[in-house]
Amino acid sequence: MTKRKRDLFLSFSGLLMLFVILLLFNNFGSNYHIRILNNMAIFITLAVSYNLINGFCGVLNLGPNAFVAIGAYTSALLTMTPSEKQLNFIIEELIYPLNIIHAPFVVSLLAAGATATLFAFLISFPVFRVRGDYLAIVTFGFGEVIRVLCNAFQGITNGPLGLKGLPAFTNLWWTWGVAVVTIFVVINLINSSFGRAMKAIREDETAARAMGIDPFRHLLLAFLISAFFSGVAGALLAHLITTISPTLFTFFLTFNLLIMIVVGGLGSTTGAILGAALFAWGGEALRVVERPISLGVFTIPGIPGMRMVFFSLILMIVIIFARQGIMGRKEFSWDLLLGGNFFRSKA
Amino acid sequence: MDALLKLENIVMRFGGLTAVNDFSLTVRAKELIGLIGPNGAGKTTVFDVITGFLIPTAGRVILDDVDVTPLPAQKITARGIARTFQNIRLFPDMTVIENVMVSFHPRLKAQFWQAALGLPSYRREELSIREESMALLQELSLAHLALERASALPYGQQRRLEIVRALATRPKLLLLDEPAAGMNPQETMELADLVRELRDRYSLSILLVEHDMKFVMNLCERIKVLDHGVSLAEGSPSEIQRHPDVIKAYLGDAKHA
Repeated sequence: MTKRKRDLFLSFSGLLMLFVILLLFNNFGSNYHIRILNNMAIFITLAVSYNLINGFCGVLNLGPNAFVAIGAYTSALLTMTPSEKQLNFIIEELIYPLNIIHAPFVVSLLAAGATATLFAFLISFPVFRVRGDYLAIVTFGFGEVIRVLCNAFQGITNGPLGLKGLPAFTNLWWTWGVAVVTIFVVINLINSSFGRAMKAIREDETAARAMGIDPFRHLLLAFLISAFFSGVAGALLAHLITTISPTLFTFFLTFNLLIMIVVGGLGSTTGAILGAALFAWGGEALRVVERPISLGVFTIPGIPGMRMVFFSLILMIVIIFARQGIMGRKEFSWDLLLGGNFFRSKA
Repeated sequence: MDALLKLENIVMRFGGLTAVNDFSLTVRAKELIGLIGPNGAGKTTVFDVITGFLIPTAGRVILDDVDVTPLPAQKITARGIARTFQNIRLFPDMTVIENVMVSFHPRLKAQFWQAALGLPSYRREELSIREESMALLQELSLAHLALERASALPYGQQRRLEIVRALATRPKLLLLDEPAAGMNPQETMELADLVRELRDRYSLSILLVEHDMKFVMNLCERIKVLDHGVSLAEGSPSEIQRHPDVIKAYLGDAKHA
């Protein structure tokens, strides 16, 4: 058996195991556990796609919340029934033809990804004219603009009231299915010639150009793919919580994603997956710190939001003491797990 | 013989500073030309103009009878000019072989979606890129370091890798910016042999900037001298060594000595 065949076999076994675990949770798990697993898969999708542009292209994009919002609204407006829409839009009528359109979930997912990609394409021209801090500011601004537009265009988004009563289509199969596809595509891409070109741009853009690589084309490619999966993840999120409003897609969402990929290791897909999984799990595990704590005579009242303080602390500790994060730029491989050549460098 | 590259009256100004003024140069096929001059003479600026990193204020760059003046660096490379940098610019966190494989990317036939889906058509191409890169590393005796990180290489090997990476773009003209900088006499001699060998094996024209006069005089067939952005002299090594203007530029005016 060649190594490639062995790895393929092991990967399929891993997928099968994931399937069995999901099946067990789906049938016997509590709603609470299923919810955490759904969140985890959506975070994984978001972190892995976000890491493609931030970690592998070395571009500090601060606007993924915009693409999540665009995906969420696009899909919501497609899956809600016309009567449901009429109930929601009480201040201003939903514009034609959105008020009569009704599409199946899978179509809405693809449309969510496509719309996010379209928006990414439109802003890519101003965004990639600049680099570094300036690029961060432009994308941050874009994220805010989209949020403000969600508030302002009441005829499309219902403004601050948001959309309620979305059909709860999202389940474990959708969220983990999308996560697996995202990981598959991103890993294939970064291990390909295109991924090498992106890393070359990250390492030294001048040298990359001297080798004939067009920075704009490759940054655009990463940006569009990243936006597509962010949009799809946004659609999954919308149909998981069934209520969306602009407050859901603030810079806070981007900040959480940044924590995930930095803690996991910028420039490692394995790291992004670990970071996202830890974040979803940790968010629940840390609920204790928000409960009232009794210390004999004293009682510390529960402080909502304490979890974020903890996450911020973890981020600071990682940045100061372990800048590489959990994985650095290394990737998981079956060799690593089986004790072959340890920590194969995939930078 | 036909000219491969022609610089016609290049002027490059940065604000009020004229870095290069009315500079012309012709490079023919398989020629080995040296570009020398004191510090700040504008040699690297000339390189940047040729490779498309700078668009000249005036003048034209003509490659194979095509005006390539306005083309960006990545398009110039695709048309057959490769370069190395004065301060080494490898991709430090990538392996040696990955550094070389990057140069094959612009000629890749597969589309991104074929790569993203891991289709066999893409995987075959990836394999052939790896083999060709390995062959190139073998020819320049870096194959044993293929899986090392580029930043882990000793200085001399890094310079060599930069040349391999430039060769992988399949150039007709190779520009070397101070290739012997920081090398000891032994390494410099080996480099001169290597440059000659490259020219013969890959039928390259080579244009190099270098401060090591012995290296330039031994290696180059024709030398162009640049001072304060202006072309001072052009000729064979022996002609240049006797040229009064060149002596003045390097050693000062004899009358005031």
